[in-house]
Formats: sequence, C-alpha cells, structure tokens
Amino acid sequence: MNWFVEILKAILLTVVLFTFLAVVAAMLGVLAERKISGWIQSRLGPKHVGPQGLLQTVADTVKLLQKEHITPLNADALTFNIAPVMVVVAALLAWMIIPFGPAFGRVLVVRDINIGLLFFIAMASLIVIGILLGGWSSNNKYALLGGFRAASQMISYEIPLALAMMVPIMMAGTLSTVGIVEAQAGGTLDMGNWFIFGGRFQWRGVIPSVIAFAMFLTAATAETNRVPFDLPEAESELVAGFFTEYTGMRFALFQLGEYAEAFAMAALASVLFLGGWHGPVLPGVAWFFIKMFALVFFLMWVRWTYPRLRFDQLLNLSWKGLVPLGFLLVLLTGWLLV
Amino acid sequence: MPERVLLDWLYVAVFAVVGVVMATLPLGIVWLLAPRVELPQKRMTYESGVVPFGQAWAQFNIRYYLFALIFVLFEVEVIYLFPWAVVFRQLGKFAFIEAVLFIVILGMGLIYAWRKGALEWV
Repeated sequence: MNWFVEILKAILLTVVLFTFLAVVAAMLGVLAERKISGWIQSRLGPKHVGPQGLLQTVADTVKLLQKEHITPLNADALTFNIAPVMVVVAALLAWMIIPFGPAFGRVLVVRDINIGLLFFIAMASLIVIGILLGGWSSNNKYALLGGFRAASQMISYEIPLALAMMVPIMMAGTLSTVGIVEAQAGGTLDMGNWFIFGGRFQWRGVIPSVIAFAMFLTAATAETNRVPFDLPEAESELVAGFFTEYTGMRFALFQLGEYAEAFAMAALASVLFLGGWHGPVLPGVAWFFIKMFALVFFLMWVRWTYPRLRFDQLLNLSWKGLVPLGFLLVLLTGWLLV
Repeated sequence: MPERVLLDWLYVAVFAVVGVVMATLPLGIVWLLAPRVELPQKRMTYESGVVPFGQAWAQFNIRYYLFALIFVLFEVEVIYLFPWAVVFRQLGKFAFIEAVLFIVILGMGLIYAWRKGALEWV
C-alpha cells in the first residue's frame, strides 16, 4: 500500500466533501429553509436574486466575505476564533461515514470505519464543545447562557440518540454504516427490508424500529439545536444565543456547521431506518438524496409547527421520557429478536 | 485487517487537518477583502445597546450539574451496550438475560435519582 497516494486521496476527498457540504448543506439548505418557511407562512421567500431567488445564498456568501472581522475587546481572542472552525471540522468529520450509494462498482463513502456509528456520535458531540467554547469566550451574557444551554441540551439528548441507534445496530449486527445499509437490501421493490418496515424480522422488527425512528428524529432535532429545541439560540430571549458576538464569515461558519450537522442527521436517519440507497427503479444515489431531502424537509416543517419548549420541559422530555423509554426499547428489541 | 483500520484513522487525521485549513480559508479571504476601521465602540460587548454591565465571566450556579453526573453514568452504560448490541444475536438468550440484569440495575439507579429529586429543574 502506498501511503503517499492514500494521503493525496484523502486530501482530495476532504476538499470534495467540504465543497459538497458548503454547496448542498449550507447554500441549498439555507435557501430551502427560507423558501419553505416562506411557503408555510403564505409568503414567497427570497425571489429577486437569480431565477426564483435561487442565487440568494450565493449573494449572501459574497456579502459575508466582505464583512469586517470583529473580535470584541473583552473576548478571549484565541478561543473566540477557534470555535467556529471547530464546529465546521467536527461536522465535516461526522460526514465521513455517511454512504451515498453504489457508483463505479463500489460504495461511495469516504471511509467505511468499522465503528462508524460510535465515531458519528463522538463527532456530533464535538460540535457542542465548539458551541460552548464560542459561547464562553465571547464574554457576553447572552452568549454564555446560550453556550450553557447547548451543553445541557447535548448531555440530555445524546443518550436517547445513542439508544435509538441501538435498534438498527441490533437488527444488523454491525456498527458500520455500509453494513447496516447492506442488511436492508432486497424484499418487495427493494423496499421490503428497510428497517422501518421490519427488516428481515417482519412484524417483530416493525414495532421497535418505528419507535426508535421517532425517538431518533426527536433527539436529532435537539442535538442540532433546531426548533422546537432551539433554546441555545432562542432569538426572542437571548438575541442570538451563543453566536451573538460573531460577525461576517465566522457567523457563516457556524451556520455551515449547524446545517451540515442537520443534514448529517437526516442522512444517518435514512441510512439507519429507511434503507439508505435501497429503493426501486431509480439509481441508489438518487434514492439516498431523495430520502435525505425528505427528512430535511420534515425538520423544516417541524420548525413552523411546534413552539419552543421551556427549559424544564426540555429536560423532563429527555430524562423522564426518552431515556427510560430508550432503555425499555432496547430490552423490547432484545426480547423480540433473540 | 489492521492496516485497513490504520488507514481509516489516517483518513480521519487528514480530514481533521485539511478540514481546519479549508475552514480557515474563507477567514483568509475576509482578511484580504474586508475593510478595517478601528472604532472603540465597535469592539464593545453587545448588551442590547446599553453599556455592558460587568463581565460575563462571573461565578454562578450551574444548576444542571446533577444532570451532568447522571449523564456520565448513563453514557458509560450506553457505551457498554454498543458491543453487546453488535453480537447479541449470535450469543442468544444468555446475553439477553445479562443485558436485562445490567439495564434493570441501572434503571433502578435512574428511579432512585428521580425519587430523590435529582431530575427536577429547580
């Protein structure tokens, strides 16, 4: 094995994946969010830049590139500037294990790491450390409160997230994402073995995976700090939460990190429960993107459907609801599948 | 097999390093393009438009430290469950009963914390 070639390949893949995230997750994601928000609220959303406002986020990025780089005098300058980079890099690393589908005779995935899901959880919690760093180093009361809220939210919802992942892991018997998707191959129309339809266990698989899917989406919404769990950046009480002090490009980096994480969660949900790239007629990669965008649309829909939770409700939902439910779910799955 | 695993982590390392470079790149462009006008008010901490009152780095009670302790406990439990979840179908009933015992014991811990009021937001 030629290590030099491998390193060059890795560098190239980083650039490709980063560009993919910047274009699809950040630019397309923000545009979709604004357009869908507009339609749900009976308005048009951005429509003047480019055809139907398609180039709005491109224009925004160009604008943000020209904004002054301001570090507040009281802030801890080093950590203040590291935090947004850390959020982006953690989101980028989380995307390493997401398989896009078969193409050119192999599966399109950066690395099929054998402990992929564990790696994903680790990287998803690194994002929160970046947020906490940003909130603390701003030396701003709103930002500090936002950072602490993000930390408490992360510790409350990481356990339900991991427990919801446990069900597909138990059904597939592997932690590798490619292995989990391959365990969902076949069945009627190449859909019958999706874990949400019970995989190869028929009705014994349906019950736990439907509950786990709902739990995963709830916990993922909370982990990505999206409405109704957007307490860390609650704009009506904390201005902008942890990124109150951030301007220009560093603000955009935070946005990129957040959208990349939200898209990663949607992609992982489709890998774990909706059969990844499996589906009838269309090529695999197309199915993967259809499922991912459907789930992203669902997240945006939820945003305009539920009001923000109060802090004690948020903690109760996790510790008195999802955590006991998650452990019972693992036991139920074990009982049904053993 | 170990060489493949080593290669996985080489990729992770390269991704981390090159990712940092890629994420810092736009900041470099900002440094080249953006205007720089020094004004003392501009670098003031934002506090809804009034002059900031003291620092944010004050001592205050982080009220969820009990949650943090419970989190550590259950996160470790979840980590132990991961390898079990991978192999439990090959091990059969015995592994399932062991996991039941494990979860029930820690579940009693959760009930204890709940009854003691550690899960209340005060």
